[in-house]
Amino acid sequence: MQSEPILELDGVYTDIGQYHILRGVDLHVPRSTVTMLLGRNGVGKTTTLRSIIGHWRARQGFIRYDGMDITKMPTAEIARAGIGYVPEQMGVFADLTVEENMRLAAVSGPINSARLDWIFSVFPALKTFWFAPAGNLSGGQKQMLSIARAMIEERKLYLIDEPTKGLAPAIVSTMARALADLKRQGAAILLVEQNFAVAKALGDFADVMDDGHVIWSGAMSRLSESDELQQKLMGLSLAGN
Amino acid sequence: MIRTLLSDDLPRSRALTFLLIAIVLCLALAPFLFPGVRTVDTAARICIFVVLVASYDLLIGYTGIVSFAHTMFFGLGAYGLAFGLIHIDRSYLAMGLGTLAGGLSAAVLALLVGLFSLRVRAIFFAMITLAVASAVAVLFSQLSSITGGEDGLTFKLPRSLGPAFKFGTETLDGRLFGVKLNGKLLAYYLIFFCSAFLFLGLLRVVNSPFGRVLNAIRENEFRAEAIGFPVIYYRVAASCISAIAAAGAGALYAVWLRYVGPDTTLSMEIMLNVLLMVVIGGMGTLYGAIIGAAVFVLAQNYLQTFMESAASLVDGIPILPNFLTADRWLLWLGLLFVLSVYFFPKGVVGRLRRGKTVPH
Amino acid sequence: MTAAPEHTPTMVRRSVSELIVPFTPFCLVIFLICAGYLAIGIPSSWMTLTLSGLAMGMMYFIMSTGLTLVFGLMDVINFGHGAFVSLGAFVGVTVLLQLGAFSESPVLWQNIAAVLLSICAAMAVCAAVGWGFERLIVRPVYGSHLNQILVTMGGLIVAEQLIIVFWGPEEIYFSRPEMLKGSTEILGATVEKFRVLVVSLGLAIFAIMRWVLRRTKIGLIVRAGVEDREMVMALGYRLRLVFVAVFIAGSALAGFGGAVWGMYQEVITAHMGNQALILIFIVVIIGGLGSVEGCFIGALMVGLMQNYVAFLAPKFALLSNIGLMVAILMWRPMGMIPVVKAK
Repeated sequence: MQSEPILELDGVYTDIGQYHILRGVDLHVPRSTVTMLLGRNGVGKTTTLRSIIGHWRARQGFIRYDGMDITKMPTAEIARAGIGYVPEQMGVFADLTVEENMRLAAVSGPINSARLDWIFSVFPALKTFWFAPAGNLSGGQKQMLSIARAMIEERKLYLIDEPTKGLAPAIVSTMARALADLKRQGAAILLVEQNFAVAKALGDFADVMDDGHVIWSGAMSRLSESDELQQKLMGLSLAGN
Repeated sequence: MIRTLLSDDLPRSRALTFLLIAIVLCLALAPFLFPGVRTVDTAARICIFVVLVASYDLLIGYTGIVSFAHTMFFGLGAYGLAFGLIHIDRSYLAMGLGTLAGGLSAAVLALLVGLFSLRVRAIFFAMITLAVASAVAVLFSQLSSITGGEDGLTFKLPRSLGPAFKFGTETLDGRLFGVKLNGKLLAYYLIFFCSAFLFLGLLRVVNSPFGRVLNAIRENEFRAEAIGFPVIYYRVAASCISAIAAAGAGALYAVWLRYVGPDTTLSMEIMLNVLLMVVIGGMGTLYGAIIGAAVFVLAQNYLQTFMESAASLVDGIPILPNFLTADRWLLWLGLLFVLSVYFFPKGVVGRLRRGKTVPH
Repeated sequence: MTAAPEHTPTMVRRSVSELIVPFTPFCLVIFLICAGYLAIGIPSSWMTLTLSGLAMGMMYFIMSTGLTLVFGLMDVINFGHGAFVSLGAFVGVTVLLQLGAFSESPVLWQNIAAVLLSICAAMAVCAAVGWGFERLIVRPVYGSHLNQILVTMGGLIVAEQLIIVFWGPEEIYFSRPEMLKGSTEILGATVEKFRVLVVSLGLAIFAIMRWVLRRTKIGLIVRAGVEDREMVMALGYRLRLVFVAVFIAGSALAGFGGAVWGMYQEVITAHMGNQALILIFIVVIIGGLGSVEGCFIGALMVGLMQNYVAFLAPKFALLSNIGLMVAILMWRPMGMIPVVKAK
């Protein structure tokens, strides 16, 4: 592992309207690893991702990516610097076909066919519905499309927000395999995940948030081995897992 | 007593209070302070526009929706009064009935337009009201057998409101402080007191629990809906109340002019004037209406004279005089409007109140 | 965790009625034409009215597309759009009058060249002014509908007055190029020649727009941006630039429409944009804000309605279009082809 992290948040404060959502988030994402962002609902995980990509602007603090200060950079430039973003709502363009969604995601030119073959091997369903409007896909297929869009270009970092939310177990395992595949390719992933089984299987590191802060940070294995720690950090919501 | 009249909504700024008292005193005593046909006419217009602008502010400032149909309601009130006086007789009863009919039709129309467009999407309201208002304006100028078309209608007021009617001839020798006591004076005070009544009524509305809900909706529509206020009904109700008040102002305008026509009551130009008065005075505060209307009506009277003299200065230079002829005053008004929205969004009242915290 | 199923997932085959639903708006145009036939009853007048209705619809379409896309992309409602219609008409007609030799010659191609040249001039001027309008008037009020409505309305008034400053307050009367005057017989109905030209121009614009939106990258960005602008930015596109481009293109198209409309009526006034704006609003509301196809269908319906009613009951032409809008919104509250999610 290289010394300099790919992504670094330093005391980030973000407000939404009159609400202070992030109150000093410090976060490191090392290169070529999967970092899990955990915590109960409403503690600021999604806002953290949105602040990184620039949909919300940090009022205070710094966000550094790959040696650049991206705190005030336009969203489009942040994305072009090599960050793939998969939002919680998936952001699939329902009026466009799967093919058009993918063509649009290939920002720098025509679709790279080798990468597309790789995507089809991970998500065969996309090949089946290549010319269908994305709005007609099922929830799981939309999620696949959303991740596939992020994968179509070479990325150094993926920001993925709850990719397994509301999906059938069978599709969850497809997702998990896809993410493992991404990691093997050498990309770093910052993953918001509620499914603890997935988090345990994929995560190298974990950062636990509460009330707009990162309250614990360390190896995923440490967290997954200690029920007591889980209990303390995340309350009862994960007790069942 | 004053507190009750003002529904506990005080101006909250010393300068503003002085300004308002000065304007109201001038209006109340206008026929005595400035005896003259033109000045009294200006004062009457200010009174009427204060009501019109205040009723519009109920929509734009308090409820946060933009309507371009406000002059339509204004016109309905004016035509209602005219129809009453023409088709029934020259009596106060006919005036009242006509105004009532105008106000009712304004309310019904506002209800229909509001229910229809606000249900869909608030932004449609601006577009749909623009379309409906122009359709109605076209209709009024084309149905000439009923409305007199482009020429409009002239009518006779009850005798006691005409200049020929004199009173107090025995006791005061027909004069008070040198001002002739005639029907025109009565008409002015009818307008003044009716305007005051309507304005205070609107003040009561915006300071009622109903008004506070409107404010909440403007601030955050979703939250208001989530708390359990049916946003659409509040908005529609606001637009109906505002329409009725506008119709009242229209009726007063017709009383003063003894004439109604599409240009004086229904035109887009009046709509623009109202918008400008709201912005100058300050949106979201009814006191802004008083200041906006006063400043604007005075400026309107004197700006054209000023522009005419400016145009004669640059006579001979190509194009430039075209910018400055009195006919182009809308150009400068439009510019003023855009600039005030940018740099002066809270208007005069907002400026005067600056630095003071506004209680929520 | 269980393994993924082996079979490939399939979509449910859609029933016939579901396949028809997307085409109901198109059927409505046909329906309106048939209803017009029943109401008018005289085949030759009906034919004439239908063709001029279609020509008018095409002009409304050209004038409205910019507005609908600008709203869809950036949630900007531009009341100043009407100014470009007036401006286009004045520039177009001025150029046409300058090209006297071309427009008076009895050679058809020269006439058409004169018309096209003046349209190009109108588009160029409107594009330039549109760029300035976006920077000065629209940009400072992003995000606030209330201020947008106020400021762009102010912009409309100022622009209208500026036209009067430069071209004078009087209406300008002129005549169309030589070979485009008068009418010709098509299937027994008299049709003004110019209307045939207008219909072909409108169809060409629609075809080009469709091609751009369906086949080019920028078209993809626009369509996607109408749906979800944040995601388009997160993919790496500077939507602002695209938006400015669309605003400029929309202004140019409004100028195009204004120029054609001016030539169609053979008289222009500074207020024509203001009048057009009302119908443009009705068109985009009927079509569904943000949808080019909806705008096309809406424009055709408004044009037809306008002509049929103007023939049957002239005083109620505008009112009938408001009735049409009410009926459509009762049926589909977001317009015929809604693409922008409710905000």
